[in-house]
Amino acid sequence: MDAGTTTQDSAGMHPGDKPVMSESDIARAITRMAHEIDERTTGAHDVILLGIPTRGVELATRLGARLSEIQGRAVPVGSLDITMYRDDLRRRPARALLPTEIPAAGVDDALVVLVDDVLYSGRTVRAALDALNDVGRPRAVQLAVLVDRGHRELPIRADYVGKNLPTSMRENVRVALAERDGEDGVFLSGPKEQS
Amino acid sequence: MKAHLLSAADLTRDDALLVLDTAQELAQIADRPIKKLPTLRGRTVVNLFYEDSTRTRISFEAAAKRLSADVINFSAKGSSVSKGESLKDTALTLEAMGADAVVIRHSASGAPHRLATSGWIRGSVVNAGDGTHEHPTQALLDAYTIREHLAGGAGDLAGRRVTIVGDVLHSRVARSNVHLLHTLGAQVTLVAPPTLLPVGVEQWPCDVSYSIDAPLPQTDAVMMLRVQAERMDSAFFPSAREYSRRYGLDARRMAALPEHAIVMHPGPMNRGMEIGSDVADSERSVIVEQVTNGVSVRMAVLYLLLGGAPLVADEEESA
Amino acid sequence: MSTTVIRDVSINGERRDVVIAGESIAEVVASGSADTAGATVIEARSLIVLPGLVDLHTHLREPGREDAETVETGTRAAAAGGFTAVHAMANTDPVADTAGVVEQVWRLGAQAGYCDVHPVGAVTVGLAGQRLAELGAMADSAARVRVFSDDGKCVSDALLMRRALEYVKAFDGVIAQHSQEPRLTEDAQMNEGVMSGVLGLKGWPAVAEEAIIARDVLLTEHVDSRLHVCHVSTAGSVDLIRWAKSRGIRVTAEVTPHHLMLTDDLVATYDPVYKVNPPLRTAADVQALRAGLADGTIDVVATDHAPHPSEDKDCEWQAAAMGMLGLETALAVVAETMVVTGLLDWAGVADRMSIAPARIGRLEGQGRPIAPGEPANLVLIDPAARTVVTASALASRSRNTPYAGLDLPTRIVATFLRGRRTYGSDA
Ligand SMILES: [Zn+2]
Repeated sequence: MDAGTTTQDSAGMHPGDKPVMSESDIARAITRMAHEIDERTTGAHDVILLGIPTRGVELATRLGARLSEIQGRAVPVGSLDITMYRDDLRRRPARALLPTEIPAAGVDDALVVLVDDVLYSGRTVRAALDALNDVGRPRAVQLAVLVDRGHRELPIRADYVGKNLPTSMRENVRVALAERDGEDGVFLSGPKEQS
Repeated sequence: MKAHLLSAADLTRDDALLVLDTAQELAQIADRPIKKLPTLRGRTVVNLFYEDSTRTRISFEAAAKRLSADVINFSAKGSSVSKGESLKDTALTLEAMGADAVVIRHSASGAPHRLATSGWIRGSVVNAGDGTHEHPTQALLDAYTIREHLAGGAGDLAGRRVTIVGDVLHSRVARSNVHLLHTLGAQVTLVAPPTLLPVGVEQWPCDVSYSIDAPLPQTDAVMMLRVQAERMDSAFFPSAREYSRRYGLDARRMAALPEHAIVMHPGPMNRGMEIGSDVADSERSVIVEQVTNGVSVRMAVLYLLLGGAPLVADEEESA
Repeated sequence: MSTTVIRDVSINGERRDVVIAGESIAEVVASGSADTAGATVIEARSLIVLPGLVDLHTHLREPGREDAETVETGTRAAAAGGFTAVHAMANTDPVADTAGVVEQVWRLGAQAGYCDVHPVGAVTVGLAGQRLAELGAMADSAARVRVFSDDGKCVSDALLMRRALEYVKAFDGVIAQHSQEPRLTEDAQMNEGVMSGVLGLKGWPAVAEEAIIARDVLLTEHVDSRLHVCHVSTAGSVDLIRWAKSRGIRVTAEVTPHHLMLTDDLVATYDPVYKVNPPLRTAADVQALRAGLADGTIDVVATDHAPHPSEDKDCEWQAAAMGMLGLETALAVVAETMVVTGLLDWAGVADRMSIAPARIGRLEGQGRPIAPGEPANLVLIDPAARTVVTASALASRSRNTPYAGLDLPTRIVATFLRGRRTYGSDA
């Protein structure tokens, strides 16, 4: 979960939210990204998907299921918590850790695709690269995101993008996934009112 | 979480579960080739030990180092409590050195409290055992160990029966465990001769028994406290032999425990006194695990106290 | 001869003009009828006047611990608290166990001039509880000692206590016992009860006090002497003293202001400002002490004013010294706990804080009626005012008050020692 993404767990429409991706848009985007991963990695059978909690994990699971179908093998999927590697820890009270589950075979010499819902400043991905570095040494690391909303603060780019969504920095992008939120959808909400 | 960890009573159920859950995630680090996280880089943790306790100090030191904190070991052994001024002066020195957290072990009950509340230092204070008062991180690692074995490693300890046997009067481990295990929903029974139970224990949130044999068949975890033979000099009990016979956990008594029950000891053990050697080394004994879990739990505590924005003393965390 | 008129002041609820001439009260007349020509006039319409307060239990620390208090600073604090006489406890360094030391303290008090200082003589040499000090020599000295105490330590040896009680009969002395059974209180840190168990501090059981009181009243009855029980702190002690008095035993007792107000749950802060001997007890004990003071079972309020330098309090509980300041806040605390609650009226306060302690200490010229010809030892009080206790503003050299920041009733307006104003500016 990248900075600038809202983290409400409540499902349903929020007043003022503008839908930008529907359930079918998300499904199509995931299928397309799965094919792209297969093509760009030339069908390599050492791909591991690591979702960044929270919603990156569900996306990685979905992506893994599609990729498994395409490749005809069970693509390993795991999760990688980046909390302890964040560069903004001291701006908020200490947060609860989220699960890190590395597939049993480990990541050494594998092609790891990090999966997140929204790419924004790039700081989450930077932290994820650090976290991954402490877990093992992949032969390559790539990045898949459902939404790239721009405004990068670090030299980081996604290899696979579900949707490029130009936003203003004052807007919020909310990703809802059925497993967690009861529905699928991506919404753009206006600037938060000062309360 | 509050800004300090002084007493297990400071921990709400949610706080305690947060520590245990965090510790569980951090425990995985121990299995990795790189057992280190960058989280507390640039932060300074001081181990201020007025009492000799190599095992606790090492545990905190390992925890802090795995979180990349700078660790300063300040062994104040020899500077006894009779020279009280030294605590304040030491605290002022630590403050000048920029300590972000002070882990203190002290023979005087309440010394961590004083450190946290007298305005001598700004950092977080972690009680690593104070006199006969509390030892909250020991209780946390005990709860963690019980949860791993008896509660599937998740949630609280509702309904679990824990029997704590020994010198409750002088035990900081017992005090912290009664608070924490009760908070987590466990049923605690304290077992000791009447001389080694504090006045007012009937108002603690636990049961009390003078007999070790009665509660054992209903016990899920039995925790044996260290009993110092010197206590007999103050007439707390007649002899080490009588104590051991009446309150020691030997193989015969262990056999009275249910199949799944575990045997715990905060260490260091007096083998042959409160615990039989065969019991300590048996498959039910989780004493070595307790030590391992201590590092994870202390990492969790240090992370939760220091990892985020500075907490204002005694204020609840804002959402 | 200078004259002061305290105009329209309340004496036991009646409004009077009190005329002080020289060292004595010249007249007590109907309000507005005193001749004020050439006199200093204090308009006292909203004030009350009591006989100057007398403290049976003060630690002035001199000689030996002048860093904590001196006779001068301690008596200034006393005057600020409305006292005109204090009994200076014997646990100085050197101990006040000879005629020489008690005379020295007595002279220091006279030189300072803020209030009368009556040294208490040690019962045993060096407070060691082994041999009787020269009680007769102290009684015969210029200090005219009548109160003897090993305060800080208990005369725990039953035989020695018996002998002391017997011996002081020769000069109408009284043994003021610090009732603390030593074995039951070894290294004790706070009241033994629920709080001590939770806080992991070594308990100080009520029975350690009560067992000594029980023994001492029986000894006192046996030898027909006079016993004074210092700082009674438990409900059980009140019961024992009530029983002893009902048997006609000549026992008197004191309670401190802090034991009338503070309870052992304050120790949860581990702040040594609450560390005191005897320890703060429970709310039930506080209620029993108030009731005992109200019904006369407890004869007097005595401060047990115990100054300590900050380094003896700014430390761990276990390492800290025991004791708290009391002189400057005693009246306010008694007002809060006894007067505001309706347990005692101002005449009762005058009895417990002036008349009775003067009688027990056999002081002449203190605790006297406010009447013509009596020495002008007086304290002028604004009973409706409130005062916030500020540690840094205290006259004592030490700062260990447990009441800092509290808003308490009354204000001391002026204190007069034999006609001379020892506290308060010209009104
Ligand atoms: Zn005393």
